[in-house]
Amino acid sequence: MEVELKELLNDLQSLKKSLSDPSHLALIDKMHLHAENIATLENSGPTRRSSKVKDMSAEVVDSNPYSRLMALQRMGIVENYERIREFSVAIVGIGGVGSVAAEMLTRCGIGRLLLYDYDKVELANMNRLFFRPEQVGMTKTDAAVQTLSEINPDVVLESYTLNITTVEGFDTFMSSLTNKSFRPTKSGSGVDLVLSCVDNYEARMVVNQACSELNQTWMESGVSEDAVSGHIQLLIPGESACFACVPPLVVASGIDERTLKREGVCAASLPTTMGVVAGLLVQNTLKYLLKFGQVSPYLGYNALKDYFPTMEMKPNTQCSNAACLERQKEYILAKPSRDAAAKAKADKEALSAPENPVHADNEWNISVVDDNEADGAVSRHSGVLPEGIVHELPVADEYTKPVITETVGPPDDLEELRKQLEALNAD
Amino acid sequence: MEGWDPNTKSTLTQIPLLTTKAGPRDGAAWTSRLKEEYKALIAYTSMNKSKDNDWFRISAANPEGTRWKGKCWYVHNLLKYEFDLQFDIPVTYPATAPELELPELDGKTEKMYRGGKICLTVHFKPLWAKNCPRFGIAHALCLGLAPWLAAEIPILVDSGMIKHKDDVASSSES
Repeated sequence: MEVELKELLNDLQSLKKSLSDPSHLALIDKMHLHAENIATLENSGPTRRSSKVKDMSAEVVDSNPYSRLMALQRMGIVENYERIREFSVAIVGIGGVGSVAAEMLTRCGIGRLLLYDYDKVELANMNRLFFRPEQVGMTKTDAAVQTLSEINPDVVLESYTLNITTVEGFDTFMSSLTNKSFRPTKSGSGVDLVLSCVDNYEARMVVNQACSELNQTWMESGVSEDAVSGHIQLLIPGESACFACVPPLVVASGIDERTLKREGVCAASLPTTMGVVAGLLVQNTLKYLLKFGQVSPYLGYNALKDYFPTMEMKPNTQCSNAACLERQKEYILAKPSRDAAAKAKADKEALSAPENPVHADNEWNISVVDDNEADGAVSRHSGVLPEGIVHELPVADEYTKPVITETVGPPDDLEELRKQLEALNAD
Repeated sequence: MEGWDPNTKSTLTQIPLLTTKAGPRDGAAWTSRLKEEYKALIAYTSMNKSKDNDWFRISAANPEGTRWKGKCWYVHNLLKYEFDLQFDIPVTYPATAPELELPELDGKTEKMYRGGKICLTVHFKPLWAKNCPRFGIAHALCLGLAPWLAAEIPILVDSGMIKHKDDVASSSES
């Protein structure tokens, strides 16, 4: 390129000298100028941040990547924005939602991102954001690390190309979540939040299993197959419903479902819906990590009606997940200390604000009753779902263990059974 | 179970149901579950053979019984089409069903997820969820894979996406 440009400039120079007709001189000079401009553009190259920053500066200059984020403190939204550098977030599934969420967190200057996916980038992904056509064929995790490390070299990126639903994949998943080398002083697991951005029920159940076992708070996200609705959900083991507590919920589209489930049509997707859901997910993440605003327990998005249902789900006392039941027990046991902490906080607030009775008299003896008591009697389907939300899968039928009548028939040795099947397979 | 043909229904009732709710991470309980899986598979395979409706081979590919490999076939217009069959037992099994894979058909039909996982969402997943933990591998083959093959293979053959192995051999010779 550089050589070619030099040649062009030389040619123009010689053309100018050899030209007898002065009427074309101005045009040649103009061409010369254009060629020189291209040369300078080429030399300067893309502006790249090569160095990492030590501290997040609030200084308002063009070269500070964090000035607009640090301004959140000045505006009184966030108390201490720079804390974001201490946080680790795991993103499971680097697809239409996960990749965009990863980019948002990277641009926000998150401390560490753990990325999990086993898929490769395809041309069919180009209707969504983030991945570029030249990345086709790369693993999604590698392609994401490539882009994200260019955008913000301050973020520590870890990529895991594996399928978390397999036994080996799950082991690696668990050990990566518990690894505390990034911030050894952190209590609990090695990450602050897990974001599930997967596209299937099986993988969600696996994230649920891992997080319930590790007592790890996580957020689930999803976009419907018809691309016109989505949701995000906050799951705090023991405190809120786990993913196995209630059958998965989907936001009703507001149109006849049967018209959507057309045979032979692959899942639809839109960059808009995916982007909106990723935005809602990361917004909730930032609020949760940096402690501002209200963290949504469940937020649905119905694109056809622009309807955003919200709700809260208590854990199911008969949940089929053993780890979830453990966490529920722990949560109930921790109630006294939780109450004490809440009381201390309320007292502190009461001290700072002088008490004024809202109403001088209470003619009808109206009092406020706490409805957040964990009475342990919440039955599975007592909760009527808010309008616009429906169950995706049915619940398991009432299962009664059959009376085991010991028959002499089949053998009960694993090796024997295996041989028997092999014998059947042989012919 | 509305909408299922009486044949499949009667076959299904003869596959023994499982009782142990355990996955590959549950130690001894998984071994008991694995025994039940074998019993159900043995019963189902023998039944198919006795009815002259043999259509698959499957065996554990590792001692833990978490990875399974085999073959399945479907007869269309008197020609037999055979495919490799494989799947992993997910860590959340039996809450979630195994994802049955036919790797040779990957990319040939849209009723399939990446890696050749057949689409079970509409016709099978709700049934599995409803019958957890009583359904096992044998039930997944009977209610998940068999109807999928019956619906997809004729279309794939007629559209020329898959060719019978004899046709492939003769065309490469000529």
